[in-house]
Amino acid sequence: MNKKLIEMWAPWILLVVLILLWQILCSALDVSEFIFPSPWRIWTQFLEFKGIIAAHAWRTFWVTMVGFGIAIVVGVLLGFVIGSSRLAYAAVYPLMTGFNALPKAAFVPILVVWFGIGVGPAILTAFLISFFPIMVNIATGLATLEPELEDVLRVLGAKRWDVLIKVGLPRSMPYFYGSLKVAITLAFVGTTVSEMTAANEGIGYLLISAGSAMQMGLAFAGLLVVGAMAMVMYELFSVIEKHTTAWAHRGSQGH
Amino acid sequence: MTTVNDDDKAAPWFVDFQDVWLAYNDELLQQNHFAVEAIDLKVRQGEFIAIVGPSGCGKSTFMKLTTGLKMPSMGKILIDGAPVTGPLKISGMAFQAPSLLPWRTTVDNVLLPLEIVEPYRSSFKAKRAEYVERARRLLQKVGLGGYEDKFPWQLSGGMQQRASICRALIHEPKMLLLDEPFGALDAFTREELWCILRDLWTEQRFNVILVTHDLRESVFLADTVYVMSKSPGRFVVRREIELPRPRDLEVTYTKEFSDIVHELRGHIGAIRQTGAHTTA
Repeated sequence: MNKKLIEMWAPWILLVVLILLWQILCSALDVSEFIFPSPWRIWTQFLEFKGIIAAHAWRTFWVTMVGFGIAIVVGVLLGFVIGSSRLAYAAVYPLMTGFNALPKAAFVPILVVWFGIGVGPAILTAFLISFFPIMVNIATGLATLEPELEDVLRVLGAKRWDVLIKVGLPRSMPYFYGSLKVAITLAFVGTTVSEMTAANEGIGYLLISAGSAMQMGLAFAGLLVVGAMAMVMYELFSVIEKHTTAWAHRGSQGH
Repeated sequence: MTTVNDDDKAAPWFVDFQDVWLAYNDELLQQNHFAVEAIDLKVRQGEFIAIVGPSGCGKSTFMKLTTGLKMPSMGKILIDGAPVTGPLKISGMAFQAPSLLPWRTTVDNVLLPLEIVEPYRSSFKAKRAEYVERARRLLQKVGLGGYEDKFPWQLSGGMQQRASICRALIHEPKMLLLDEPFGALDAFTREELWCILRDLWTEQRFNVILVTHDLRESVFLADTVYVMSKSPGRFVVRREIELPRPRDLEVTYTKEFSDIVHELRGHIGAIRQTGAHTTA
C-alpha cells in the first residue's frame, strides 16, 4: 500500500528535487539570468507576463487542435482504405513512409508561400506531422485479422464490409487511441515549429521574440506552458483509451 | 482425370466428393503440384467423420473445399445434393484457436454469426431477445452457464473453446467442421470436451467433419476415420469404427478401442516411412 503511494508520488518528488537542484546551482554559481534563468526567475516572469503567455498559449492550443482534428479525419479515412484493401496497402504504404521521412519543419517555408504568415501554415504543419501515426495504426489494426476468424465469418456469407465493421474496426480501436496519444504531442511540435518562423502569435512566436529580446525567463516559461498543454492532452487521451478499450488492457486477469 | 459424368442422379450422400483435386494456384497446377489429390468421399447424412494424418497433409485444405471457401481445380463436390458454388452457410467452423472477440461478452460472441448469416441477419434487431435466449441455452448446455456475460479473456482455454463451438452451432448448421479444436487443451479438458461434442451431436445429429491428429479422439468420436497421407494429400485408409454407441469415456480403455487406435497408428507410421526421405 505504502509502496504504491510512493510510486504514485515519485515523479512529483523527482520534479521538485530537480527544480531545487536547478535553483541551487543557478544561485550558487551565480549564473547570469540572460544565459540560463533560475526556476525562480522563470516563475516571476511567468507571473509578470501571464496575460501575454495565456493569449499565445490559447492560440497555439486551438491551432493545434484544428490541425489534430484534420489529422484524425484524414488519418482514419486513409488508414481505413489502406487497411481494408491489399492493393491500396501495397500502393500507398511505401509512398506514405517516404512522405513520413521528410522533416515536416521543411514544409513551413512552402506553406508560407501558399497560405501566408499566420494560422494556415501552423494548422497544416500540425496536421502533416500528426496524421501518419493515426493512419498507420488504423491500417495495422484492420490488416491484422486472424485468418481463422475470417473463415468462420466468410463461410456464413460475410462480405468484406461485414468483417471490417464487426471485427476490424473494433480491433483497431486500441491502436487508434494509442496513436492519438502520440499524435497529439507531435501536433504541438508541428504548431510550435511553424509559429517560430511563420506567425505573429502563438507560443512559437513568443519563444523567438523572447529569445531575441534576451528575456530567457519568459522563453522558458513559454516552453513549460506548451509542454504542459501537450502533457495534459496526452493524459486525457490516455484516460479515454483506458475507458473505451478496457478489454485490451486486461493486465493480470485471465491468464 | 476429370470426371465428366454429369448425370445428376439424386445422391443419397450428404457430402459427395468425386475425384477432387486442388492446386493452390495456376502455377502449381501447371507443375502438377496438388495440395490434395483424387479425393473420393461419401458421407451419409448425420455421419461423424474424422480425418487424421501428419501435419501439413492438406487436412485444412480439405475443410476449405467442403465449406466452399476454395473451389477444386478438378472434380466435383456435392453437399446435401447440390454442387458447391461458394461459401456454404449451412456449415459452422471452429479451429484450434478459439478466436473469440475480446470486446464482446461470451454470449455476444456466440451471437456474432446471427448478425451475419441470413435469414437471422435481417431479423436480428427484432428478434434479438429470442436469439440471446437461444445462445444462453446453448452455452448452458456446454457447461458455460454463469459465464455468459463474462469476457472471453476471463475464461479458461477449455471454456473459450466451448464458446467457440457454440458460435459454430448457433445458426443450427447441418455440418460442423472442426480443425484440431482440442489441440491446445490439456488431456483432461480435452476428454471433457469430447463428451460435450458427443452429446451435442447425439442430440442434434448434424454432420461433423473433425480434423485432428489425435487418434484416440478420432476413434472415440467418429463413425468413420479417414487417414490422409502427406504431399500428395490423399485419403489412404478408410476405417469404420464399429464401437457401439452411446460411447462412454470408459470405452477408451477397452482392448477393442486400443486395437483400432493401434491399427490406425500403423497406417500413419507407414505413411511417415514412405514420405520420409528427408526426415529420419
